[in-house]
Amino acid sequence: MNIEYQNIFTRTQVRSAHPHTVPMEENTVFDRSSGSFHLYLAGKIGNARIGPIFLGWFGIASILCGVIAFEIIGLNMWASVNWDPVQFLRLWPWLALEPPSPAYGLHTPPLREGGWWLIDGAFLTAAIFLWWIRTYRIAKQLGLGLHVCWAFGAAIWLYMVLGFFRPILMGAWGEAPPFGFFPHLDWTAALSLRYGNLFYNPFHMLSIVFLYGSALLFAMHGATILAVGRYGGEREIEQIIDRGTASERAALFWRWTMGFNATMESVHRWAWWFAILCPLTGGIGILLTGTAVDNWYLWAVKHHVAPAYPIMPVVDPATLPGAPTN
Amino acid sequence: MDKTYFSRFTRQTLLLIASIALLAGCELPPNKTAQWGFRGTGMVDVEHPATMQANFAANQVPEGIPAADPSGPRASQVYKNVQVLGDLSAGQFTRVMLSISNWVAPQQGCAYCHNLANFADDSLYTKVVARKMLQMTRHINADWKSHVQATGVTCYTCHRGNPVPSNIWFKDEGPRTAMGYLGNRMGVGSPKPSMGNSSLPFDPFTNYLDNKDNIRMASTTAIPTGEDRQSIKQTEWTYALMMHFSKSLGVNCTFCHNTRAFADWQQSTPERSVAWYGIRMVRDLNNDYMKPLTEVFPAHRLGPTGDVAKTYCATCHQGVYKPLYGVSMARDYPELQGPSPSVVVAPAAKDSSEESSPKKNKKSRSNASAKLEAEIGSAAKTAAN
Repeated sequence: MNIEYQNIFTRTQVRSAHPHTVPMEENTVFDRSSGSFHLYLAGKIGNARIGPIFLGWFGIASILCGVIAFEIIGLNMWASVNWDPVQFLRLWPWLALEPPSPAYGLHTPPLREGGWWLIDGAFLTAAIFLWWIRTYRIAKQLGLGLHVCWAFGAAIWLYMVLGFFRPILMGAWGEAPPFGFFPHLDWTAALSLRYGNLFYNPFHMLSIVFLYGSALLFAMHGATILAVGRYGGEREIEQIIDRGTASERAALFWRWTMGFNATMESVHRWAWWFAILCPLTGGIGILLTGTAVDNWYLWAVKHHVAPAYPIMPVVDPATLPGAPTN
Repeated sequence: MDKTYFSRFTRQTLLLIASIALLAGCELPPNKTAQWGFRGTGMVDVEHPATMQANFAANQVPEGIPAADPSGPRASQVYKNVQVLGDLSAGQFTRVMLSISNWVAPQQGCAYCHNLANFADDSLYTKVVARKMLQMTRHINADWKSHVQATGVTCYTCHRGNPVPSNIWFKDEGPRTAMGYLGNRMGVGSPKPSMGNSSLPFDPFTNYLDNKDNIRMASTTAIPTGEDRQSIKQTEWTYALMMHFSKSLGVNCTFCHNTRAFADWQQSTPERSVAWYGIRMVRDLNNDYMKPLTEVFPAHRLGPTGDVAKTYCATCHQGVYKPLYGVSMARDYPELQGPSPSVVVAPAAKDSSEESSPKKNKKSRSNASAKLEAEIGSAAKTAAN
């Protein structure tokens, strides 16, 4: 069996004396012609050329804010095991920087009562927004469309809904998720339990559709392009304009399979929209939870979404006469 | 072909090992499942034969002492300072005392509680505790039939041959933190087996089984009314308590709940109402029987904050949905049945009159599950023989 085209890693590495670049004024902030080198192993999974990277003020500020946020979380976790390095390493997936108690509402709590969580959220948010500005500026400088900015923005939307917009609407920072590996997953489960099963939230349904749909599209697209790699199909951008045999064969494969095919160009629109819509719809679903709908299961019953099953002969013991009151 | 780092065989072997490693956290098949609710709801009971076999072996009922003659002089006339069991015959009284020794202090014998020179002497704290525990046992059997039903409890239900039951809890303030401005655990981040080693709050018991905090957190209305102020954080505490239920009873959520609507009683199994009474029972025992003993216990028997040992689900259940698989030891010990009920509680379960012989217990579960248990039970018996 010929495994030439059934490989995991990139088979070819293109190296040139001059870096890929676009015509720009020399010796301006846009000059990106120096500061790069080749790395063989990087070429196995991507472009062998590393750099140049341009950080600029926004990049430096973003990394600084990110490091501060990372340190606040890490030092709080480490302090929570009394600075014991072994316990810190052993327990870190269980440790958390928790938001303040709901009793504080939207007021500023003392540092150890959730104050650090608020400060940390501010720095993390700053880091994310500053990085977003980079995606915008660099796209502009290169004369690109703003697709990456919008996509990143969709993820930021979900992040902001979880940690900022929804807690404000609910009137308590305590409604926001904690920083921590297992704890934020527990929070997710608890959110669903408190609000009567998030699976009945139609926006959660949509979000799942786009999440799984993204994975499916990515698999279909990646597989298709690799499969026509032996005909030069990985040069898909050229094939958008000059459709060659790789493109024809890829299209035929899907038409013969399901009667329809995306084009070398439109498949990327499919993928982009699916990816964007996943956090976009998810964020809407979270924003409505607790603000517009308090119990998604009961909401689904009200709107004939949830099917009815035979009623069990069980009643709430608390409602029975003579029930213990404790 | 270009040079490759590994031969094809090596690559495939590595891939295989990597895929097997991904399954490291899984139980080896075969798991057995039995339908446990309406079809299509995913309510199934998942049991692993090896786990069940081990549980069967660990939850065997010890051989009892034959019943004693109820006639003759009363214990209160024969012995001094008999405060609880005085109305028994001397023979019955001796049998109960011997049984308690077998169940609670088989190594130490009578001397664990009694001054051997004067059995009536109350100077050993263990004797004072034992008396309170006798009253507690009789109180459970008489007043908490809503939870223990006709099966009842004996000292063995919790003690299993240990002077201190293996499954007890103390108030837990968590491991030491740096205690400054940094590093407040806020009740989480200290995994314990009693709540499934999760990162959920590690002491839900003080709030719910000592204090009587509200456990219910799901909203009862589709649209917010502004009245339900339960938070996601509170939900995590309830979640931790429920993990304790699951771990102590060796069951998953669907034993009691239809997980699409945890709160809805009309979709819950009858077991949920039994569990509801269990929570009230445990609160009652902790507050009325355990806490009054705080001063009686020596310091080394108390918890890190100086509180008394308390009960929770695992104290009796010990990994099994019915302690000792529902075999009623109390039936052979009418002496432990206690006075007539002071509070009559209306039964909520569909089948509260159910008898508690082991065979009938299984009928309350689905036939498939009962068959599975019988199969494993007989396998365990054969192994024991």
